[in-house]
Amino acid sequence: MRSKTLQIFLILLGVLFVALMLLLPLATVLAYALRQGWRIFAAAITDNYAVKALNLTLLAAGITLVVNTTFGIFAAWAITKFRFRGKQALTTLIDIPFSISPIIAGLVFILIFGRIGWAYPLLEAWKVKIVFAVPGIVLATIFVTFPFVSRALIPLMQSQGSDEEEAAALMGAKGLEIFRKITFPHIKWGLLYGVILCTARALGEFGAVSVVSGHLRGKTNTLPLHVEILFSEFRLTAAFAVASVLVVIAVIILILRNIVEYRLKKEEE
Amino acid sequence: MKKSILSKTTAAALGAFLLIAALPGCSGGGAVNTSGNTASADASNPTPAGAAKEPAAAPKSVSITNVSYDPTRELYERYNKLFQEYWLKEKGQEVEITQSHGGSGKQARSVIEGNEADVVTLALEGDVDEIRKAGLIDEGWVKRLDKESAPYTSTIVFLVRKGNPKNIKDWDDIVKSGIEVITPDPKSSGGARWNFLAAWAFSNQQNGGDEEKNKEFMKALYSNVTVLDSGARGSTTTFVENGQGDVLLAWENEAFLSQKEHPGDFEIVTPSLSILAQPSVAVVDANVKKHGTEEVATAYLQYLYSDEAQRLEGQNDYRPSNPDILKEFGDTFDLNIKLVNIDDDFGGWEAATEKFFADGAIFDQIYKR
Repeated sequence: MRSKTLQIFLILLGVLFVALMLLLPLATVLAYALRQGWRIFAAAITDNYAVKALNLTLLAAGITLVVNTTFGIFAAWAITKFRFRGKQALTTLIDIPFSISPIIAGLVFILIFGRIGWAYPLLEAWKVKIVFAVPGIVLATIFVTFPFVSRALIPLMQSQGSDEEEAAALMGAKGLEIFRKITFPHIKWGLLYGVILCTARALGEFGAVSVVSGHLRGKTNTLPLHVEILFSEFRLTAAFAVASVLVVIAVIILILRNIVEYRLKKEEE
Repeated sequence: MKKSILSKTTAAALGAFLLIAALPGCSGGGAVNTSGNTASADASNPTPAGAAKEPAAAPKSVSITNVSYDPTRELYERYNKLFQEYWLKEKGQEVEITQSHGGSGKQARSVIEGNEADVVTLALEGDVDEIRKAGLIDEGWVKRLDKESAPYTSTIVFLVRKGNPKNIKDWDDIVKSGIEVITPDPKSSGGARWNFLAAWAFSNQQNGGDEEKNKEFMKALYSNVTVLDSGARGSTTTFVENGQGDVLLAWENEAFLSQKEHPGDFEIVTPSLSILAQPSVAVVDANVKKHGTEEVATAYLQYLYSDEAQRLEGQNDYRPSNPDILKEFGDTFDLNIKLVNIDDDFGGWEAATEKFFADGAIFDQIYKR
């Protein structure tokens, strides 16, 4: 009986918290975005700078995805299927971006590639721009979202052990073949899960990108930065309209994530 | 059974990957379209004669970057259009102008770190001078343009809520206990430095030059500050949109803009004494040489002094530096306000920075809690 009351209490608390902390703000964003009608909303999100910012955000997220997925698979593969010295250290190092503040991530790139950074003369000679240009934004996004894929894969691959791979190796299969036929089928849902989280974070990244961006409109402004600019320019409706685009993308990602999570559980059973 | 799951899952995975792979792809297409649109929008200024003037001498278009401070967003959005028209007429060349805005000190920092601005239009001489010290702007830049390279000026005023409920009239009202003051951080914001110096000048006048009393005064003032944003615009939104504080120490133009955005919600209070704020502009020599944009960048700044531009600045609530055009805006600005200035009253920016804003200087001493 008491546990029943406790159960109801806990559920209520959970629902209340989610409603107040998450749903209410999101609903506010949408309501604010639409308060002056659809035409203003449409004008805000089809504005030239908004479209360019969206393109840049998608470009950065796309590249990030490819790089981090590739790295994540290899790192998880190395860590879970092989034994080597410093494995624990490597696992810890991969997690650095989770524990470090994004502003530090941004400043690091400024200190390396900025005009007074040590790599600057080299970049000058090659006529390459990293910070205050698109490559810097991509780099910062990659840095911040680095651990997602490997973090999703490592526990999964660890729980599966390496028996099957060893058996395959005994039967004469080569490295890549083992990966393709044995390892990958087991991890694909976990991989997709990591990829989705990585994308979500890459699309929304603000801090690190803000540091390396230089806020050049139409050039180095991502969608989250654009929202801030609009907000600062008293264009609240436009700011919330653009923010709502991010919210919608986030909701789609959330739905995808749930489907994948469901699949993942089924697979495990 | 197993096979069907597998094929379904592969299909789903493939679908997701296609979606992901398609994103950058379609973004590329979109980018091309939009930039096409901008070009045609920019070209909409009808000046066929200009194009004929200089047939094939210069490249058809040129692009420059203007790194500016917070409150100039609206001004340069309009000025850029004016200049684009002018330059097309003069040279038959289209100019693409990329804007960047933020706290003045922060923006200067980014130029020093490699944000390749062709021109900087910052809140104060001291910030531009930091860029000179980094070797990007030539010595003597202040004298290269008229009026000490300050095409428009402004001053510092108070913005209070409707009806002035806390009855704030002058600087000594805002140091009283219980008054919540919003001003940005003088370490990163140019406007904040002008705010600080204006308050100091008032105290100095009241206390007959007693430095210790001035420090007490500033300490009382900054202990009333409830939100210290990194730039002037951040402070304005904190005060205006987020409803924080009783008084905002603001650029005059920023205060007018807030009033325009929210008619009837705010009142401007002009203190008995304030400071002549001279936002400085300069061509960033190292960058224009690198980009080959020296001519257009110089013209961009010089045109700020033209009558049309001066009027535009006045319409955007900056005080035009041309005295005749300033008079045209006599209804807008309080032209009788007593203004101290940085050179005569503080010995120039170099000295003021050293004394007040450097590490461990007066601001650091009084802002310790």
